Amino acid sequence: MKLKAPESVFSSASFCPGCGHGLAGRLIGEVAEELGIEHKLVTVVDVACCSFHIDYWKFDTIMAAHGRDIPTAVGVKHVRPDSAVMAYMGDGAAYAIGMAETIHAALRNDNICVFVINNSVFGMTGGQMAPTSLPGERTATSPKGKDPARYGTMSGLELVKQMDVAYVARGELIGSSGMVRAKTLIRKAFTHQLNGDGFSLVELLSPCPTNLNLPPVKAKAFVHDEMTKYFPLGEFVDKGGNV
Amino acid sequence: MSKIRLEITRCKGCGYCVEECPRGALRFSGHISDKGYDTVMVDESLCVACGSCYRVCPDRVFEILE
Repeated sequence: MKLKAPESVFSSASFCPGCGHGLAGRLIGEVAEELGIEHKLVTVVDVACCSFHIDYWKFDTIMAAHGRDIPTAVGVKHVRPDSAVMAYMGDGAAYAIGMAETIHAALRNDNICVFVINNSVFGMTGGQMAPTSLPGERTATSPKGKDPARYGTMSGLELVKQMDVAYVARGELIGSSGMVRAKTLIRKAFTHQLNGDGFSLVELLSPCPTNLNLPPVKAKAFVHDEMTKYFPLGEFVDKGGNV
Repeated sequence: MSKIRLEITRCKGCGYCVEECPRGALRFSGHISDKGYDTVMVDESLCVACGSCYRVCPDRVFEILE
């Protein structure tokens, strides 16, 4: 089987070795080209590591204020209803600073796709403890490990999946099988939007070797073995049935 | 005919492909690139063009030709 990287993604130069953003960016490029929407796809990226994609995708891309790419994407969708619109952000933007925007877009069931790259830390700012950090996880601001008695661990996906939305799923950017699965989830999210079903959120568990202070292969094992215990993989809402 | 092509200037030496390859066809070359990374190399006699390396590479190093 011939496999060639999508032409709509032409770099990943600024990401650290082993970063999941390069994987997620390539999958979105592959899906956009397979669905034939690369010329009408408008992507909205957040201010953080994911903002590097603004220079790497050939799609029309907007960088929104930090944590506000979902309302920006909703605005683009209202003005250009024929465009495919997606918001691409990390867990810090979606579940910390932008939690209100995530919840209210889901409440309104706005017809956009949201892709959340969950790496369990605030990546670009230096690996500080995030709401998604696991109990006991050592980060820059929890050097003795996150104290579960004081800080909870949660993912906004658990709230969004209780609402009347089109599609909610979680995958991992780990290993060949995980990548094939993640690509299926991304394709389903876009298909729901093109069908007009409403809000889709796909969370992708991703390694951040630099801020986990692990070699890339061990960071990958951390995501696959530890993160999936707290953030189970699967499809939680699929309103349209089999797309 | 070659089964696989590597754009080695993109490689950052994360090692995902080396771990993922089911035939052990990929290994670190020991060659340090201009960016300072230990890049990978392929033994084409072992490669079966399964595409595992393409799927797990964050930096689009691999192209499967057949």
